[in-house]
Amino acid sequence: MKAVVTVTGTDKKGVIARVSGYLFGRDINILDVSQTILGDQFAMMMIADIPDTTDFSLLQDEICELGQSFGMQIRLQHADIFDAMHNV
Amino acid sequence: MFTKSQVLETIDMVEKEHFDIRTVTLGLSLLSCVRATAEETARAVYDRVTHAAARLVPTAEGLSRRYGIPIVNRRVSVTPVSLITAAFPEKSGLVADALDRAARELGIDFLGGYSALVHKGTADYEEKFLRTIPEALARTERLCASVNVGSTRSGINIDAVRLMGELIKETAERTAAQSGIGCCKLVAFCNAVEDNPFMAGAFHGVGEADTVVNVGVSGPGVVLHALKGAPEANLTQAAEIIKRTAFKITRAGQLVAKEAAEILGARFGIVDLSLAPTPARGDSVAHILEELGLESVGGHGTTAALAMLNDAVKKGGVMASSHVGGLSGAFIPVSEDIGMIEAAERGKIGIDKLEAMTCVCSVGLDMIAIPGDTPASTVSAMIADEAAIGMINGKTTAVRVIPVPGKGVGDSVEFGGLLGRAPILPVHEGDAGKFISRGGLIPAPIHSFKN
Repeated sequence: MKAVVTVTGTDKKGVIARVSGYLFGRDINILDVSQTILGDQFAMMMIADIPDTTDFSLLQDEICELGQSFGMQIRLQHADIFDAMHNV
Repeated sequence: MFTKSQVLETIDMVEKEHFDIRTVTLGLSLLSCVRATAEETARAVYDRVTHAAARLVPTAEGLSRRYGIPIVNRRVSVTPVSLITAAFPEKSGLVADALDRAARELGIDFLGGYSALVHKGTADYEEKFLRTIPEALARTERLCASVNVGSTRSGINIDAVRLMGELIKETAERTAAQSGIGCCKLVAFCNAVEDNPFMAGAFHGVGEADTVVNVGVSGPGVVLHALKGAPEANLTQAAEIIKRTAFKITRAGQLVAKEAAEILGARFGIVDLSLAPTPARGDSVAHILEELGLESVGGHGTTAALAMLNDAVKKGGVMASSHVGGLSGAFIPVSEDIGMIEAAERGKIGIDKLEAMTCVCSVGLDMIAIPGDTPASTVSAMIADEAAIGMINGKTTAVRVIPVPGKGVGDSVEFGGLLGRAPILPVHEGDAGKFISRGGLIPAPIHSFKN
């Protein structure tokens, strides 16, 4: 399934490296990446292809903890919610 | 697909603007639970609810995680209990206990449907059932009761209205130690809807399928935020902004409702997009009206602003879901809306203006604390007025007032949690006892004859 990873917080080095490294370690393919920096605020969205065999809740907990470990907020959500809300 | 800014907009809605799925409500028919005795019926009801709703809480939690949208409440609505206990109405309390026990064991915060539909007349078994309501609400924790006393098609059953005034007073007295909190779980309706997912008025209509998922979506804070972004918009543009916002949040509800129905093996019923405020700051319908340009909710212009808001919310919601239902619009409870609470404390809003607002909002006089010594006939007269507004205008209206024992104007009451707090609002002193005690049925209006 397609999921969206969002990362927000104060800009710092190595954000993309850590997040993509984590996803690589879980055998998750990244389909798209988009990032902006406004002042010192970092915002990134990744679309990831998550295998159906993956425990989604566990992945959410792990990636959230990863974010906390370097002071960023990371969320993982099923992509359908954004399609539903923003497309007719 | 979607853009990064749309993703971040959704996240902000949840994290900064209090957007949530307010309730996933599982509607259950209890018609198959009727047995020869009250005891057997209560047992069958308990089994039915605990079996059918066993996976409701984990399902809602799973969907909440999956989509990153909080699902605040998981609830159950059931067939009006008066129909289930028609053969032994005095023992309806046994079913009340069974439902409350089921709700507690399943982790459901409220279960609605301790109800009767008496809009055209009160059968003997229904009157006996109605008289069990105060005790049932006093001794249960999570049970909600509602009574439909009128409809556009049938008129207003003033005998039932009179009885409801007495039952509300009795419920307040029986729960006096908690400031009459039982009345927060008791609603009198006109034109009650059969698929409403919101409490305290939810019940599962007899025309519904066996097991149905109805979802209530909320988001006053999201609408407020959207309007704050366009302070110079004229009212046509403001209505468009509200519609677009309502569309987005209803779509989230539709997604959750369809998935929940599939997982639970139930039919997808409706999405009810109702701006349901909470006492939290930033989650207020009153503040939306003030953002539109009113110095204070309750002043002149409030009814027009609310009419526009309510209509725009409906239009956005209808476009977004295959089945919109329930009440869909804006709720205007007093104790559950920080903007309303503060306006009432400042003396800026009273019952007369609230009554006017109910002509254009989606429900009625809601969560209003009134003096504990208000006569039952005055409570009945308030219900009659609201029912008349609903009957003539072909809309749902409701009354959920709390005559707080031992308190009067100048005092305030704290119910806690989502039920909030409220100053005691004055009611008119003119006696309506003679009018109410006439009894009978106010005939249906001429425009109800459409066949």
